[in-house]
Amino acid sequence: MLKRNIIVRIYYFYAEGFRSMTLGKTLWAIILIKLFIMFFILKLFFFPNFLGKQKTEVQKQDYVGNELINRANPNK
Amino acid sequence: MLESIDPSLIDWSRAQFALTAMYHWLFVPLTLGLALIMAIMETLYYKTGKEFWKKTAKFWMKLFGINFAIGIATGIILEFEFGTNWSNYSWFVGDIFGAPLAIEGILAFFMESTFIAVMFFGWNKVGKGFHLASTWLTGIGATFSAWWILVANAWMQNPIGMEFNPDTVRNEMMDFFAVAFSPVALSKFLHSVLSGWILGAILVVGISAWFLLKKRDREFAIASMKIGAIVGLVSSLLVAWTGDSSAYLVAQTQPMKLAAMEGYYNGQQGAPLEAVGFLNPDKKSYNDNIYPFIVDIKMPRLLSFLATRNLNGYVPGIKNIIDGGYKLKDGTIALPASDKIAMGKTAISALSAYRAAMKAGNRNDAMFCREILKSNIQYLGYGYIKDVNDLIPNVPLTFYAFRIMVILGGYFILFFAVVLFMAYKKNLAEMKWMHWVAMLTIPLGYIAGQAGWVVAEVGRQPWAIQDMLPISASISKLDVGSVQTTFFIFLLLFTVMLIAEIRIMLREIKKGPEA
Repeated sequence: MLKRNIIVRIYYFYAEGFRSMTLGKTLWAIILIKLFIMFFILKLFFFPNFLGKQKTEVQKQDYVGNELINRANPNK
Repeated sequence: MLESIDPSLIDWSRAQFALTAMYHWLFVPLTLGLALIMAIMETLYYKTGKEFWKKTAKFWMKLFGINFAIGIATGIILEFEFGTNWSNYSWFVGDIFGAPLAIEGILAFFMESTFIAVMFFGWNKVGKGFHLASTWLTGIGATFSAWWILVANAWMQNPIGMEFNPDTVRNEMMDFFAVAFSPVALSKFLHSVLSGWILGAILVVGISAWFLLKKRDREFAIASMKIGAIVGLVSSLLVAWTGDSSAYLVAQTQPMKLAAMEGYYNGQQGAPLEAVGFLNPDKKSYNDNIYPFIVDIKMPRLLSFLATRNLNGYVPGIKNIIDGGYKLKDGTIALPASDKIAMGKTAISALSAYRAAMKAGNRNDAMFCREILKSNIQYLGYGYIKDVNDLIPNVPLTFYAFRIMVILGGYFILFFAVVLFMAYKKNLAEMKWMHWVAMLTIPLGYIAGQAGWVVAEVGRQPWAIQDMLPISASISKLDVGSVQTTFFIFLLLFTVMLIAEIRIMLREIKKGPEA
């Protein structure tokens, strides 16, 4: 019972806080737009995980291992 | 067959990372600085119970909130870049980089998101003591975040506490405490956080001066200026001390960076420090015997004292570091760069032979190669260096950035001392010239911080990880065009955010503390 009360109180604390924001609403809009641009546009379309193309850990190790070995002598 | 890496890919990848990091560093130091100042102001409210301090603290909290909101998560783009542009590096650093960043992420999320909410939403809803604790913990959370980021950065500058595993091609953490509490990390943390406090103090003093210039909210402005100037003066003096210890550590761990900071080519005992100097553009190579300065004024023996704590200590110059042959602190003789390059190539060949032997199931050969790799691993990165000139960072950029930082650091001590004197002994409210000086100092605070990062990061080139991995081996094999495209996307995104921050801040400043 006590636990529930605390959770409900925390919920109302945040809910009232967000409701009474003035400048904060603009800032939250900026934060959300920025996070959307970062995670749904930049991350998806411009920053794929390069090593993600290698499916397994062993393939990743082999890929980076070969890169580090061959980069030292690119014309080999 | 592998085609070589396009040099412009290296340059664009570096430019993109530098752009992102520099924009990120516009927001972070102000968060750290304003967090301290607003916490001090709220402490005064808690102690005195005066509404004046509550209004004052709330005004600066509002600016903190704007900066925090605009700046939040700008560092995430750096992490995207690690995965895309720096995949070899990301894999190679293994959990050493991942652990501090993960701790930073968790701390930032839990501490900041919890206590920042209490700080903004909790006025009149939670007890004064709890609210004050939340304000302090918001700042402490941000500072802890900075600690872990700087631990990761310090490890790149001075890789310790790990062992390279040739099976996984990753470094594995062997000593968490050596990584987390290395002297380089501690020094970087103190120097960077203190520089953030200085920037916060400069902003508070500068904005307060605007109120005085406009003859508005005088009591608020003078009180804010006094607190800002005290924080700024103490931080400026401390940053000079941490700067000195930083330079000493650079001399021990990255002597080439120190030599570039000083435009110092030929080592000597009792080495002088360049007080004033203009580099000679005709100097093209470390061994062309052309004097590196058009004009310079030296302070005798001070570089030796800075680097060795001995006025007669030997400090190697760029030429000596390349040629080797001088005595190191541990009594051994410094290897020439050519030997390090040969050892680096041996390490890479041993890595290649080890992996081939393991794949063939030839364990004895593999263990033999592993031993060779182990004894040469500290010079692994040199195996990628084609020309010893590539081991020298951009001397003019490092040299001038260092001077800009040091000169501005000295100016800030004077500035805060004068502001304090005027505020306590003279009628600061009527000194228009001082108001203008304070306002014009705001951009200088940012310039000093950026110059400091230029020294730290440009000065350690060509290394992504000191001596272990150069930039050229760290980057992913991407299309140059895609890196260029993302560079300009960031430039646009961050510039829009910066304009938004400035506009919202100016609007709120104009409203004043009574709003």
